Amino acid sequence: MRSVAFQYHAPRSLDEALVTLAQVAAEDGRIIAGGQSLVPTMAFRFVRPGHLVDINRVAGLDRLHAEASTVPGRTAASELVIGATVRHAAFHRPVLAGPLGPLLTEVASHIAHYPIRMRGTFCGSLAHADPASEWCLVASTLDARLVLRSVRGERILEADEFFTGVMSTAIEPDELLVEARIPIPNPGVRLGFDEFSRRRGDFALAMALVSLECVDGRVRSPRIGVSGVEDRPRRIAEAEALLDGRIPADDLFRAVARAAAAAVDPLEQPQLPAIYRRELVESSVRRALERAWGPTGHGAR
Amino acid sequence: MKHPITLTINGHRHDVEVEPRRTLADVIREECRLTGTHVGCEHGVCGACTVIVDGDPVRACLVFAVQAEGAQIRTVEGLAQGAQLHPLQQAFIDHHALQCGFCTAGFLMLSTALLERPAPPDDVELQEALSSNLCRCTGYKNILLAVRAASKVMHATSEAA
Amino acid sequence: MSAAIAAAGETPVVDRPSGVPAAVPGTAAPRTARPGPFGQSVTRLEDLPLVRGQARFAADLSFPHQLHMRIVRSPVAHARLLGVDASEALALRGVVAVWTAQDLVGIPCIPLREGPSAELDPYLQPILARDRVRYVGDPVAAVFATDPFIAEDAAERVSLDLESLPVLTDATAALGEFAPGLPTQPTTIRKGYGDIDAAFARAAFTVELELATGRHSGVPLETRGAIGRYDAARDVLELHGAAKVPHRNRDALARMLGRSPHTIHLFELHVGGGFGVRGEIYPEDVLVLLAAMRLERPVKWIEDRYEALMTTNQSREQVHRVRAAVAADGFVLAMDDEFFHDQGAYVRTHGDRVADMTAGILPGGYVLPAYRVTGHYRLTNKTPAATYRAPGRFESSFVRERLFDAIAQRMGIDPIELRRRNLIRPEQMPFPRGIETIEDNIVFDSGDYPLLLQKTLDALDWPRLQADLQARRAQGEAVGVGLACFVEKSGLGPADGVRITVDFTGAVEVVTGGASVGQGFETVVAQICASTLGVDYRRVRVAHGRTDRIQYGVGAHAGRATVMTGSATHNAALRVRAKALDMAASMLGCAIEGLDIVDGRVIRRGDSGPGLALGDVASALAPTARARGEREPGLTAEGWYETPSMTYPYGVHVAVVRVDRDTGAARVERFFVGYDVGRAVNPMLVEGQIVGGVAQGIGGALLEEFAYDENGEPLAVTLADYLLPTLDDIPPVEVMITEDAPSPLNPLGIKGAGEAGINGVGAAIAAAIDDAIGQPGAVTRLPVTPVRLKALLRQRAG
Repeated sequence: MRSVAFQYHAPRSLDEALVTLAQVAAEDGRIIAGGQSLVPTMAFRFVRPGHLVDINRVAGLDRLHAEASTVPGRTAASELVIGATVRHAAFHRPVLAGPLGPLLTEVASHIAHYPIRMRGTFCGSLAHADPASEWCLVASTLDARLVLRSVRGERILEADEFFTGVMSTAIEPDELLVEARIPIPNPGVRLGFDEFSRRRGDFALAMALVSLECVDGRVRSPRIGVSGVEDRPRRIAEAEALLDGRIPADDLFRAVARAAAAAVDPLEQPQLPAIYRRELVESSVRRALERAWGPTGHGAR
Repeated sequence: MKHPITLTINGHRHDVEVEPRRTLADVIREECRLTGTHVGCEHGVCGACTVIVDGDPVRACLVFAVQAEGAQIRTVEGLAQGAQLHPLQQAFIDHHALQCGFCTAGFLMLSTALLERPAPPDDVELQEALSSNLCRCTGYKNILLAVRAASKVMHATSEAA
Repeated sequence: MSAAIAAAGETPVVDRPSGVPAAVPGTAAPRTARPGPFGQSVTRLEDLPLVRGQARFAADLSFPHQLHMRIVRSPVAHARLLGVDASEALALRGVVAVWTAQDLVGIPCIPLREGPSAELDPYLQPILARDRVRYVGDPVAAVFATDPFIAEDAAERVSLDLESLPVLTDATAALGEFAPGLPTQPTTIRKGYGDIDAAFARAAFTVELELATGRHSGVPLETRGAIGRYDAARDVLELHGAAKVPHRNRDALARMLGRSPHTIHLFELHVGGGFGVRGEIYPEDVLVLLAAMRLERPVKWIEDRYEALMTTNQSREQVHRVRAAVAADGFVLAMDDEFFHDQGAYVRTHGDRVADMTAGILPGGYVLPAYRVTGHYRLTNKTPAATYRAPGRFESSFVRERLFDAIAQRMGIDPIELRRRNLIRPEQMPFPRGIETIEDNIVFDSGDYPLLLQKTLDALDWPRLQADLQARRAQGEAVGVGLACFVEKSGLGPADGVRITVDFTGAVEVVTGGASVGQGFETVVAQICASTLGVDYRRVRVAHGRTDRIQYGVGAHAGRATVMTGSATHNAALRVRAKALDMAASMLGCAIEGLDIVDGRVIRRGDSGPGLALGDVASALAPTARARGEREPGLTAEGWYETPSMTYPYGVHVAVVRVDRDTGAARVERFFVGYDVGRAVNPMLVEGQIVGGVAQGIGGALLEEFAYDENGEPLAVTLADYLLPTLDDIPPVEVMITEDAPSPLNPLGIKGAGEAGINGVGAAIAAAIDDAIGQPGAVTRLPVTPVRLKALLRQRAG
């Protein structure tokens, strides 16, 4: 379990990083940030990069702050900007007041283990695009925008354009995911998350993230994201439609959860029959809804 | 191609030339000859290779040594001050928190980093964080007891000082 | 509630019958004024280098100029091996040699440890595959290079020409062919006693079950490692990284390589966990020795985790079809079992012993007047199997206790009451079981099984526990309790010897052929020696795992170390003590009877004077010392212990489990072990062994499984797929150690403790899950994964 040989580059600036990446892209050059997923796959020789471009020393990529949204027409007035080298551990304490900060803290606590969180990065998880990644679910459900930079310029993708399959994204070989921008929900929004894994810190077998807002006692614009089951995270429109405009109630949550379970098409995996994955989706969606609505959810009541 | 790097381990400077594909665990063990850091899985699951890099507990099998250029690294060999054991080392002995001892260095370094945090972890955080590493002998009970005991000693000492 | 239970945070206390002192029982050694260290929870001698990072495990040892070996392994489960092309590998800079089976002509297969067997020998594993590969991971070629990275690069470049063969992954399926004329069932185990047919004929009712235990294994945290070195100057071949049974392995390697055992030395380094799997002879051990001689350089091999999970011995996978004949009052008249043991691709060093022990110990501690068992020992295309901690017992306890639960359910009586009606009573001891296993005629040497059951129920405040659980179930929680009774075995003989020497500083050395696998062996032996001799245990150094220091040794397996080596140590220490007192009496001019040894000094009883240091007595016994007179030189003696039979400790396990009905996850909330160890040398270490065993048992019951797909592709080859329990998965384990039944077979009364924690875990957890979900008899297969548990819940709902 030893990686194949590769060349190592440690640029100090973003421009230098992008130039280097452009030069090595053709020889399976890859970015390494936290490396907590990349290094083991290299140890197994599943991945055999010719070059690694280490962005840990690039100045300015550790940005983590809220700023006004640059997208016209978005409901969220501001976005949380998460730079390419921001570690999972940055979210161990809420980075924002309001529903989003505490939610990210809760989600972070499910990511692998403490020492992994010290080093692994938010953007690295998105770029790795494991279907069982918590951050991918967050990005997808909350409509994050992903900022890609290369020597050719910059492009910004919506989450549903970004994730293209199991461990696959729309990132071109010469592009660097420089930051993720998560719309900051308004204070009235409530968020709930649930995950099931065999042991604490293991890959999720199913998880759900729910965002809902109540206006005049009725749910408005709910989001129900599910991941760990299909090839990528996604929002379940059928379940959202069932919830939208209704009065929150346990029976309703159960029905919505069943609708979500019926809507997913679980990946074929040995020892994990689809019927079981659907049961997990049902349980996770229901629990995420109950949490969002209940006292342990994140957001104002 | 080898890269010249400098690692400071337990306060001692090591100037070594390494191939990029050698992990920090490889280099600590083979180049710096500090074999107290053990490699149990080589894919970041078991935690036996945990060392402290610039204050944080890190799995040395998941970092390439070239990435640690210039870093301050602490390993199990640096815990004791001469004959004086670190409170965690003493607690592990007193509470029978090790049997074969292979995972011990990883647990000691993880615990050291946890207990040195400005706000020491509460019991829930401690159990969560200690679930990071694998031990196949003890059933963990005595590891938890030892870390709790050392936490008391370390925080009593730091309050007195 | 007695103080006998070590819950979280307490020092373990031993539940000793009143009036029994915590000291060496039944010995000629007079008791000293200070309590001897026997029976005390002293800290371990082993710990200091381990906590300081100064220990030396196999990977930590390097020799100048060494080569690194990497094995090329079969990527498929069954195929004809038509050719191996190593040319690309050999072209790589730094590669010294690549070997295939053709380089090993004349080297035999790895033999059975207990001697040849006409039935099993044709199925043994060759060092490198010859004309067939039989499991994913089967060694095909060995690459030797100057650097481990280069060796791995080169191994990838060795290409194999393979032609697929049908794959067999189910030990209960129709037999296949291992080789022309050799069916995949090399042997069948048959045991029994009593009149089975008559018992079933007069039974009030019968109960029949099919039960299965999953494939799992020890998975020590340190992978295997072997370093071979040949010293041509002395014509000595060395193997570093030995474990478990160094002396037995030395003899086997000597036979394989055609050398005298005097010219092969095995060295145990620090061992990162054994659990039965480490320390057997594997192909890599033989390869590093051969390569060290032929390539004239030290050769180092360290297994990686991927290899460890697909080549190191696996264990446990059995399917049982068991039935019981029961009288109207619940007395079980007979048990009849047919089982299939999935040995994997080859017969390894243990042969059929795990299947044999399963058959031998299945009746447990119940009277059972008639018993019959048929074990089908089957080969498949999986990683070969052998022993893992409590081999045959984890499996058979699951089967027997599930059966007893099913009988109780059928009768509508309390499963504990059913056990009471069937347990062997103390007045029946010693109890001949009526069968043999692994060359031992099973005679339970001592025990009060009903008493331990009662003490366990008392300690748990059973009625209250039941009431609490009932209340929680009424609130909608799926929570339940399960109990299992078992008899362990330990102290497999027949003989072990040690040599004890006191030097002129008064330091004591015990040289033993026992082995340490991290269980606290040095401390236990030092405590026994110190206690008998009259010195501080910290003055005792225990040399073990070195075939160049002592000619014979039993190693560390089958719960042998404490019983066999401990008893031999006691015997040797008695002789050293007698010799010291004799010499000291002469030096002090007084009678032997008036002397004692306390804290390393020979003193006059009732005298506060300084006495004589043991070191000075040793000096007086030096070969050149005039004071010695006609006495044999040296304050040293050998001691042997021989036993006709094993000792049988016993235990009760209780699990409280909560099930999440939504996800199928089962969580052990509480685990209790009551165990009679005869005499505990060091209760803290006994408790440590038990808690560690429970954790492994929980792994085997809920998490761990070496699964294979229909092509024989292993599905658990990383520690992200083979799920070892973490701290979060283990509840606070409570341990009650009792000493109600010391063994009459050894001078110390001791029995083994290494396997006490794991034995009944699968059985107790299965019963607790049944109870939690209100579906008696639901669990028939381990591990109870969430997928399987959810299927059980679905069955009920559907």
